[in-house]
Amino acid sequence: MSQVKRYNVRMAGLGGQGVVTASHIISNAVVISGGHSSLVPFFGSEKRNAPVESYVRISNNEIYEIGEIVYPNVLMIFSAQVITLGKSYTMPFYTGLKQGGEILINNNKPLPFVADEQRELEEKEANIYYLPATEMANEVAGTELATNMAMCGAMAAIFGMPDMKSLEASVQDRFIGKGIVVSGGTAALDSVIEKKFAKKQKLLEANFKTIKASYQYAVDHKWGAQKDSVDGKPVLV
Amino acid sequence: MSNTTAQVAGKPADWVPAGDLQEVKDPEWLFHEAPREQIFITGSEAAREAIRRSNVDIAISYPITPQSETMQQCGYLYDEGFIKEYYRGEEEIGVMSALGGSSRAGVRSLTATSGPGLMRGLEAISSWPGARTPLVLLNMCRVINTPLAIQPDNIEISFLLNTGILHAHAENQQDFFDYSIAAFLVSEEVDVTLPAVVSVDGFFVTHARGNVKLFDEKYKIPPRDGWRSAVPAMDNENPPARISRDAPIQKSNFISYHMHASWQQEVFAAVERSAKYWRRYIGDLVEVVNPDAEEFFVSSGSAVSQAREAVRQEEEKGRKVGLVKVKTTRPWPKNELIAALKNCKRILVPEFNQAGWFHKELCSTMYGNIKADIIGGPRVYGGMTMPTEMLLDWLKETRKAAGEKV
Repeated sequence: MSQVKRYNVRMAGLGGQGVVTASHIISNAVVISGGHSSLVPFFGSEKRNAPVESYVRISNNEIYEIGEIVYPNVLMIFSAQVITLGKSYTMPFYTGLKQGGEILINNNKPLPFVADEQRELEEKEANIYYLPATEMANEVAGTELATNMAMCGAMAAIFGMPDMKSLEASVQDRFIGKGIVVSGGTAALDSVIEKKFAKKQKLLEANFKTIKASYQYAVDHKWGAQKDSVDGKPVLV
Repeated sequence: MSNTTAQVAGKPADWVPAGDLQEVKDPEWLFHEAPREQIFITGSEAAREAIRRSNVDIAISYPITPQSETMQQCGYLYDEGFIKEYYRGEEEIGVMSALGGSSRAGVRSLTATSGPGLMRGLEAISSWPGARTPLVLLNMCRVINTPLAIQPDNIEISFLLNTGILHAHAENQQDFFDYSIAAFLVSEEVDVTLPAVVSVDGFFVTHARGNVKLFDEKYKIPPRDGWRSAVPAMDNENPPARISRDAPIQKSNFISYHMHASWQQEVFAAVERSAKYWRRYIGDLVEVVNPDAEEFFVSSGSAVSQAREAVRQEEEKGRKVGLVKVKTTRPWPKNELIAALKNCKRILVPEFNQAGWFHKELCSTMYGNIKADIIGGPRVYGGMTMPTEMLLDWLKETRKAAGEKV
């Protein structure tokens, strides 16, 4: 039997940042690329700026587990406020992180952790990556609403999966597919995004450009799977 | 049969309800032979797809998280013409009462609810089996205890177990699709004629995505035949007085104790008789993994998924642990459980509730029949998840306590 590989990804952010949408996109892209995935969003108060978490399981084999991820291999932090203001359902934010786990944080510079946190993260041998996702979204897509797209792109580069083609198909599926069931709040946000981009095609293009930019950022910085990249070209695993 | 000629409000004159374009197929063929396509959808979407194929006459809704999405989807199905009637009730007592009424009128009836909604409607719900009303209630489990929470916790299932209602507990999105369709068919069998509840752990399944294999939406199961029931459908010739006035079934204060008692016995006998029909569609009432193991997890619903992963991880370490998944808790698969567990030495019963209703059910079945230790736990409640690591820890601790090598 081939070895079962498993990534358990816990995403934390603020309401309105598209955390749940990002989890849909990554999870669906893994399925499109032929892998196995499942996702569980965690809903509390569904409003802007309220804490939001979402959980994605990725594997090369069937996934049985269900429910929230208590012991993640990967953390995606969509807003530094989750950490600095304690706006997270999981406190501290790295609770349960597996040894040698990966942490992707949306911030333009490293965060100063308190001594205990720093020690614990070092003991866990956590790999921390800082991505200026919101700045990148503003710059490339012209709106911070694409922050989640930047997070998806960097995540794909760090793990070498899902591949960009599947990610693109997944983004298309999310915004112009048959229709994913979304909550009232998410539907309202979707309509705000659509108004901003007169046509859905423009929205897709902006989203995908952001994904590509953050993917390239991770490749250029030799993050995760890109550690062994040659001349900035990704070596996918 | 929908009216395909008269104009429906808001629809063009030549509108044909999508349900009328579907082809009725033999349910056994649909379950076991029809080609299936795999798609990646949430549990709420799986429920919608089941309802689309179930030839539903009426759906009555009242919103409550995490169920609301499913009944919202029913609204779309009504608009497309897959459901013939649909409305929002005033609250759960009203919905459950109306649903009993629609079932008595002989039509296929559906609603869905979640923990506190189920509690509110329970008076009406527990009147369904005695009135022999076949219908389907989809229950997306949710915390009912204070402080208020919306997360999954399936303690409400324990309130259903002694009502005479059929009850299936889905593990995942696939089960939710299959069990929901099967529930209509089993519920309406003439020697069953009982309401059926299909529960699923809220959010973990309803809002989570998983792979589901669906047969084509151009097919649907046969319609309900309201006359083929233990208590036939009412009409002007056969008024509702049938069970509310006619002697000797019920006469206000003058009901015979014996008659009432024997009526209840018949309801619970009908629950047992339903087993053969569940088997027809969803296979054995239990699924056994590693039947020759000495240690077993036994559970239902989402706890099974967590145990399945624990079994897999133990296997990677070279240890064989068994798993028994119980698909229906009413009928309760007593003989299957005794047969599956007769030679084991230890049973862990993971549950998503504080009361341990599954553990109690299992203990009462196994008492005197097997020698194994039946350990109640691990349990999580308040809606939290049960990490596989927790199951493995419990396994380790019980081994240690028994003086075994870990």
